[in-house]
Amino acid sequence: MKSLAELKELRNKVQKEMKKRDQGTRAEIIVGMGTCGIAAGARDILKAVLAEIEKRDLDVRVTQTGCIGMCEKEPLIDVKLPGKEKITYGNLSEADVQKIITEHVVNGNIVSDLVIARHK
Amino acid sequence: MKDSIYRSHVLICTGTGCVSSGANTLKESLEEELAANDLSGEIKIVETGCHGFCEKGPIMIVYPEGVFYCEVQSDDVAEIVEEHLLKGRTVERLLFKEPMTDEQIPSYQDIDFYKKQQRIALANCGQIDPEDIDEYIALGGYEAAGKVLTEMDPQEVVDTVKDAGLRGRGGGGFPTGLKWQFAKNSEGDKKYVICNADEGDPGAFMDRSILEGDPHRIIEGMLVAAYAIGADEGYVYVRAEYPLAIKRLEKAIEDAEEYGLLGENIFSSGFNFKLHIKKGAGAFVCGEETALMNSIEGKRGMPTPRPPYPAVRGLWGKPTNINNVETYANIPYIINEGADSFSAIGTEGSSGTKVFALTGKINNTGLVEVPMGTTLKEVIFEIGGGLGKGKKFKAVQTGGPSGGCLPEDYLDLPIDYDSLLDAGTMMGSGGMVVMDEDSCMVDVARFFLNFTQSESCGKCTPCREGTKRMLEILNRITDGEGKDGDIELLLELGEHIKSTSLCGLGQSAPNPVLSTIRYFRDEYEAHIHDHNCPAGVCSDLVSAYVIDEEACIGCGKCAKVCPVDAISGEIKSPFIIDPDVCIACGACEPECPVDAISQA
Ligand SMILES: Cc1cc2nc3c(=O)[nH]c(=O)nc-3n(C[C@H](O)[C@H](O)[C@H](O)COP(=O)(O)O)c2cc1C
Ligand code: SF4
Ligand code: SF4
Ligand code: SF4
Ligand code: FES
Ligand code: FES
Repeated sequence: MKSLAELKELRNKVQKEMKKRDQGTRAEIIVGMGTCGIAAGARDILKAVLAEIEKRDLDVRVTQTGCIGMCEKEPLIDVKLPGKEKITYGNLSEADVQKIITEHVVNGNIVSDLVIARHK
Repeated sequence: MKDSIYRSHVLICTGTGCVSSGANTLKESLEEELAANDLSGEIKIVETGCHGFCEKGPIMIVYPEGVFYCEVQSDDVAEIVEEHLLKGRTVERLLFKEPMTDEQIPSYQDIDFYKKQQRIALANCGQIDPEDIDEYIALGGYEAAGKVLTEMDPQEVVDTVKDAGLRGRGGGGFPTGLKWQFAKNSEGDKKYVICNADEGDPGAFMDRSILEGDPHRIIEGMLVAAYAIGADEGYVYVRAEYPLAIKRLEKAIEDAEEYGLLGENIFSSGFNFKLHIKKGAGAFVCGEETALMNSIEGKRGMPTPRPPYPAVRGLWGKPTNINNVETYANIPYIINEGADSFSAIGTEGSSGTKVFALTGKINNTGLVEVPMGTTLKEVIFEIGGGLGKGKKFKAVQTGGPSGGCLPEDYLDLPIDYDSLLDAGTMMGSGGMVVMDEDSCMVDVARFFLNFTQSESCGKCTPCREGTKRMLEILNRITDGEGKDGDIELLLELGEHIKSTSLCGLGQSAPNPVLSTIRYFRDEYEAHIHDHNCPAGVCSDLVSAYVIDEEACIGCGKCAKVCPVDAISGEIKSPFIIDPDVCIACGACEPECPVDAISQA
């Protein structure tokens, strides 16, 4: 280690991964992973979410949930931005995921035509 | 970097406690199950150090949700992967249950055991992979060392530690900043820093946990101390019975060398520091600083008189600073957050926090770190969850084998160096043993004195002979052969040994006896005068139970409950109790339907 600046640079680089263990308020994407969700392709949706977040270097917490009683709308995801209402999107394709992340997660605009429920 | 697409981190504690309850096989099962479900690339397994809750181990924490699972076994892995990692549903049956309320708590910040703690020395333990230097750096590691080496002069560092009010966590409670000042002031071309990780107190494991869970913090603390006093070489003296701590420390030293955080010209400051590990042979007295240095030099681990203090003439005759593991663990915090921020925690004379190893007759045993000034009651009843079912608190022993026992009246005592000393015990390195009404205080005193007596190195007479005499008297008392004047004799011997022994071992060995006489004198008197052990522990003092042959109907119920099989007989004919085997536990008495059993 040559200098404090070098240490701080290294810290910034390695910090990102540690954020997974940060319990603070962050944007959250919840992927429906009930049995029928998985059958409807939720695993691919989850992977698409992760890939998109990685590509854009976003600080988003990705979690899963079980059956939420809307099996016919699978695959589905919830997007929850800090302090905003939770939005459920359904009948998704991988392309929809990219759209939701760029429009909603990055720019804060809800993608109305894919919304199937809003929660206060 | 493939690393960064992990969506979840599963932390598995692989500290010594959790390994003993199966953490390694748990980890292997999880690896297999993740691979079988094609999740290996999405979910990262992180091995951590001790969370202090070993009793409930193996411990697993799943992020990003932060769900805390305890007593997880390999059999549970399939369900965790399927339910939690795939479907996002918490596996409720593996959550922690509060002993008092039976409430299930998903997140560990909400468990009473952790809620009341404040973690500085243990901040990273259980949170990071101790074998990954990057994780330590990601949480701000080595910034204190960087700041000190590039922006502060040695006197500023010493002043900061002085202002923080940090006192040694190894037992004595000597002000750390002052100790550094002495070593800094000593003239010498060569100086050393030593970390005392001998941890000889039976039942104590805080230093081991810090070394296993966050070894870089100790390296960083030592680096700061070395710069402050002008040392370029250091030793960590670890007991050989701590193989995992040694292995993790070795790895940490290697990685720090590779990053140029140990070695030459660190942070381009011109400062060099080389760190070695020395394995200790495990005698209790080797934890005493002069004995420890003798042991590093390859001599017998025996104390030598002070002065000269190590700060003047230490290792190989050179000025040396020696501190405990936990003392060093506080240093990075003090440098990063400032002296004021540290001294704001705790009490006037004892700033900061203290780690305790909480054991005994208590619901939650484990490692706890609390601000100084927290009361014994808060630690025992709020963090420790109180005593076992229906049992009444009797005493708490602090300070390890050199400490004393405090009764119920002292539960509101704030824990700090000076209040504990005033009450006749001491902080010590942080052992805390809770006892209930089933403990005999004479027997407890005998137990601790037996330990120190057998660990006495024999160099000086008061300790070598005096503790032997005291132990003989205690043995006599618990055997029912106590005499008038024994208590006075114990007091006299105790005071004499304390004031004339060469090292801290002898100077503190009588404490358990003196404090139990001070607070539980009636129990000593009952043993001596009434030949009675009120707690029913000293078996020579309690008489066996007998069966009234006339009354016995030969049902055999008593024989079934006897824990030592003292009762024998044929069904339908009278049963008898063998008085030599009977331990007078009384378990048989209520079993008898015709009240034929009584104590002789
Ligand atoms: C018999 C005996 C055993 C000791 N064992 C330890 C020990 O295991 N660990 C420790 O840090 N200090 C132990 N000490 C205290 C050390 O002598 C020394 O005071 C301490 O390491 C200084 O560090 P500190 O100022 O950071 O507490 C022991 C002292 C005595 C008399
Ligand atoms: S007090 Fe005991 S342990 Fe210490 S030097 Fe004397 S004999 Fe040895
Ligand atoms: S008192 Fe206890 S040890 Fe003695 S006979 Fe009864 S059950 Fe057995
Ligand atoms: S329980 Fe009572 S009656 Fe039955 S065998 Fe024992 S002493 Fe006799
Ligand atoms: S399983 Fe997906 S909503 Fe029911
Ligand atoms: S070793 Fe796992 S909690 Fe202590």
